Amino acid sequence: MNKARRNIWHSVAAHGILLTYTLLALFPVFVILINSFKTRKAIFRHPLQLPGPDTFSTIGYDTVLKQGDFIQYFENSLIVTVVSLFFVLLFGAMAAFALAEYRFKGNTLLGLFLALGIMIPIRIGTVAILKMMVASGLVNTLTALILVYTAQGLPLAVFILTEFMKQVSEDLKNAGRIDGLSEYAIFFRLVLPLVRPAMATVAVFNMIPIWNDLWFPLILAPSEATKTLTLGSQVFIGQFVTNWNAVLAALSMAIIPVLVLYVIFSRQLIRGITSGAVK
Amino acid sequence: MQNAERKPRFKWHILVFLAPAVLVYTAIMIIPIFDTLRMSFFADVDNNQVFVGWQNFKMLFGDERWADHFWNALKNNSWFFMIHMLVQNPVGIMLAAILSSPKLRFAAAYRTVVIVPAILSFVIVGFAWKLILSPLWGIAPWLLDSVGLKSLFAPWLGKEEYALTTLSLISVWQFIGIPMLLIYAALLSIPEEVLEAGECDGLTGFSAFWKIKLPLILPSIGIISILTFVGNFNAFDLIYAAQGALAGPNYSTDILGTFMYRTFFGNQLQLGDVNMGATIASAMFGIILVGVCLYLFAIQRRLRRYQF
Repeated sequence: MNKARRNIWHSVAAHGILLTYTLLALFPVFVILINSFKTRKAIFRHPLQLPGPDTFSTIGYDTVLKQGDFIQYFENSLIVTVVSLFFVLLFGAMAAFALAEYRFKGNTLLGLFLALGIMIPIRIGTVAILKMMVASGLVNTLTALILVYTAQGLPLAVFILTEFMKQVSEDLKNAGRIDGLSEYAIFFRLVLPLVRPAMATVAVFNMIPIWNDLWFPLILAPSEATKTLTLGSQVFIGQFVTNWNAVLAALSMAIIPVLVLYVIFSRQLIRGITSGAVK
Repeated sequence: MQNAERKPRFKWHILVFLAPAVLVYTAIMIIPIFDTLRMSFFADVDNNQVFVGWQNFKMLFGDERWADHFWNALKNNSWFFMIHMLVQNPVGIMLAAILSSPKLRFAAAYRTVVIVPAILSFVIVGFAWKLILSPLWGIAPWLLDSVGLKSLFAPWLGKEEYALTTLSLISVWQFIGIPMLLIYAALLSIPEEVLEAGECDGLTGFSAFWKIKLPLILPSIGIISILTFVGNFNAFDLIYAAQGALAGPNYSTDILGTFMYRTFFGNQLQLGDVNMGATIASAMFGIILVGVCLYLFAIQRRLRRYQF
């Protein structure tokens, strides 16, 4: 009896703390989203009320869509993220396969060399990266960003995928070899489909930092035509500081695609973090 | 294998598999990092790069034009890191401990929510909190008023003495889900038998956490500490988004990342200086390297890993 009562008290306390935290985590997002659909007056008078019939307004969104080229920014972010992810996964998986499958001189050393980049951030090299991009005429192109993000994503991708590639059954690969498959066919047709869950984890891990990065778009591709959504909203908000409707609408437009992506991929992401992939 | 084939034919496919990753990584990451280190030993004299030895570093650490800003940024950065270690990681561990308690309902829902802030960009987070904490809008004063603490309100982001701590806490708010999920995973991997054995010895609840679980998750705590360290000493975006490149008010939120950006690109007050930018980057590289080595050789070796 006593123990049961204590357990109930425990679980009430646990839910209390977790709910408080949930509120704290979601409150800013909630406030931004509801206020972006309100008139200026209502934003200031009743910041915590949902938009009602007389306070509803999309004037902020109208301003944003007229003034900022958000469709273009969105497209740039999408291209950069998708293409970088493609190369991170393809090159990462190929290298991981070679490291896991073949014994050759310098295997361990090469693995360590590639793993260096997990701990040393690529931003340290920014000065020289900009110099290189200027020299090769890649400044203000999406290619520059794609190259940088591919290089940035590879170390962790190779590290995680190597672990998974080692678990693929030896018999399967040898059966393939006896059937006369080339090493390339073994990689693309036998091994890749088997490590698909690990690839998804790597993709989700890389997607968020690439999509959200401000540093490299600001330095390598700040032109109007190549701005990413993150940089675009930063610049736009900086110019419209006093137009609260526009600022709130711009913030919401930056939040919504990420939230949609998160709803689609959250299980994958959480499983990735908690499966010990980053141990 | 190698004995059987006396003269192994050169295996082209290994090269093909490795080449793209190694080339891109070396060309875009490793070479620029070393080139940046190299540039920190040069200076621009009449548009020519001239080797000057350690002079840039001496200026950065000792010359009054640079040293004040550098030590200020380093001090602020250390405080930024301290707040993360003192708030983010302990609170993350506590939430993870609660979340991992058996038979907790809605655990999946809580798990999904805690990393929502972490997926938002620094720009969103910076501006959203700036608006919420703004005295103009009045959400923060209103919330404090509703619990009778209105007198505590101050324009936190605008005051020199509070701005850095406020931004650190915003950053903690954003990233707390990551250490929490890592610890959560570590707690779940502790086998039931170990806890049952403890229970037979009378260890339950809080004492079970301190005496059994905590020692077992120490390696994970080590990992989140080093991840926090590297992330913090390389931070830039949040400060830039919320306070701009000048890291106001009066440089009170300046950290190494913003200092390097300002030096490299210049701003209203000074011209950009590529070599000094590289020198600051090298100092950051040194700090991160020392931290990582300390972790690898001093901490990680002492922590025993338990295999179940």
